[in-house]
Amino acid sequence: MGAALGAPVVFGRYFPPGMIPAGLAYADAPFQIPGKHPGLVVLNDRPVNAETPPHLLDDRLTPNDLFFVRNNGLPPRESTIDPSTWTLTIEGESAERSLSFTIDDLKQRFTNHTYQLTLECGGNGRSEFNPPAKGNQWSTGAVGCAEWTGVRLKDVLNEVGIKADAVYVGYYGRDTHISGDAEKVVISRGVPIAKAMEDETLIAWAMNGKDLPLYNGYPLRLVVGGWPASCSGKWLSKLVVRNQVHDGPKMTGQSYRVPCKPVPPGTAVSDDEMCIIESMPVKSLITYPKTGASLRLAQSLPIRGHAWAGDRKVGRMEYSIDFGQTWQECQLEEPANRLAWQHFSANIRFPQTGYYEVWARATDDSGTAQPMVLPGWNPRGYLNNACHRIAIKVV
Amino acid sequence: MFFPLPDDSKHSDRARDRFNEAWHRMFMAVINAVKLVLVAASILLLYLWLGPAMEGWFQGPTPLTPQQEQAMLDARAERASDAGQEKIEDGIHVATGLKIAEGWELVRTTCTACHSAALVTQNRATYEGWEEMIRWMQATQGLWDLGDTEPRILEYLANNYAPDETGRRANLNVEEIEWYILEL
Repeated sequence: MGAALGAPVVFGRYFPPGMIPAGLAYADAPFQIPGKHPGLVVLNDRPVNAETPPHLLDDRLTPNDLFFVRNNGLPPRESTIDPSTWTLTIEGESAERSLSFTIDDLKQRFTNHTYQLTLECGGNGRSEFNPPAKGNQWSTGAVGCAEWTGVRLKDVLNEVGIKADAVYVGYYGRDTHISGDAEKVVISRGVPIAKAMEDETLIAWAMNGKDLPLYNGYPLRLVVGGWPASCSGKWLSKLVVRNQVHDGPKMTGQSYRVPCKPVPPGTAVSDDEMCIIESMPVKSLITYPKTGASLRLAQSLPIRGHAWAGDRKVGRMEYSIDFGQTWQECQLEEPANRLAWQHFSANIRFPQTGYYEVWARATDDSGTAQPMVLPGWNPRGYLNNACHRIAIKVV
Repeated sequence: MFFPLPDDSKHSDRARDRFNEAWHRMFMAVINAVKLVLVAASILLLYLWLGPAMEGWFQGPTPLTPQQEQAMLDARAERASDAGQEKIEDGIHVATGLKIAEGWELVRTTCTACHSAALVTQNRATYEGWEEMIRWMQATQGLWDLGDTEPRILEYLANNYAPDETGRRANLNVEEIEWYILEL
């Protein structure tokens, strides 16, 4: 193995049998994620992480093959997944009892619901932070809004029964840690009981009327709209009702947390001063045209895109072509349901030829708007909702 | 003899010998001077021909230009590669995207044991920042003690993947934008 790599495999004795080092796993062909659109930008192929360029998010609902992929570990092998025998177990110190359901049980015993729900990775936009934050360097594309079908988490929890001291619901999935250690939990996050009990919080098996894509959690996942997508556990096999804030991997330390109080850029913040991210902030994307468009002065430019605001609704959508000096109103649609992204559009006329940037700014229904520069720096580079910018030439 | 002999007397014989001796010394001095000039000229010519190459003998190794160093590292990496499967282009190892520099093989074998090299190449940090990431991976992700390879790994990372100062927000990267005519 060492000879093929051109260097000795340091600590090769720790190497799990049957695993191929990523350095050897590459072929010359660019990495292509099974079931996914070739236009996705692959940030990492082990574990698989890929984002959607803004112009490929133009659909009102993000198609399955264009939905971003954020994996912390390795998904279960598709050949080992049998949806007819897959079970979900509910247990935990604050559950009245332990119950298991097959996917068919869920489909038959509970009312099925379909909602359009926006999922955005907490680290979307990380690549812009200065000083840089470690992790996948997402630009703008770790977001999507699909139509999810499943049962309400609250219906299932009520069937099991939850005790009065219940605080949090945590998930476990059937992915494998990238070290190959079968015992190591990849990620186990969750949400407070109040969020778990919302109508729109689903245990879902379908996305846009089709099975979930393997890399998005096939055959079963949580969908918790408006919160960091890491709350929406994939390859879902177990839920635990906790009498404390869930403490699974990536719930604690600095993961998916930001400083409780704002800090200057580059500050080291101790774990006890980091708070868990809940609702995502207001944000928007221009999905048409693709950046780099050139048009004639006589033409007007139609723009369109989506805006979302975590648990809230977007109240206002504007654009600027003068680097934020003046803002013009966009048409903004109502959401299909709570926690769905909203579509906007506008028609722009340019005053003279030259280089322009179209900036988009959404304001949520509480009056909080997207910043034009980077929002508060945080050690792990979460929650960058700085306004989206595209470049335009008028000739 | 070469000159008219004076009167045949012992005195004049001695004088003639002295004269001859002096003349001979002068003649040899001229010959030696010519020899010296010839030798000096030869050395000068030899120096002009080989001089720059010889300077190295007295100055020790000449530092390589970055290009020469890159070429050397590329060549070394290519020699170490497996039957040409390991393409190196513009100082980048094509399969992993890692920059070819001192320590890259070590980083490759150590880091890609668990995750893609893309997780290295897309990140930027100082020596201390990279060290923190290693500590985090050791604390939570099962990374082993890197022993005395750790400083070499950190040097490579800090030298080749250092942060850029981008201010509160960077310009749009106008150079990278693919301009196109929008059909309306």
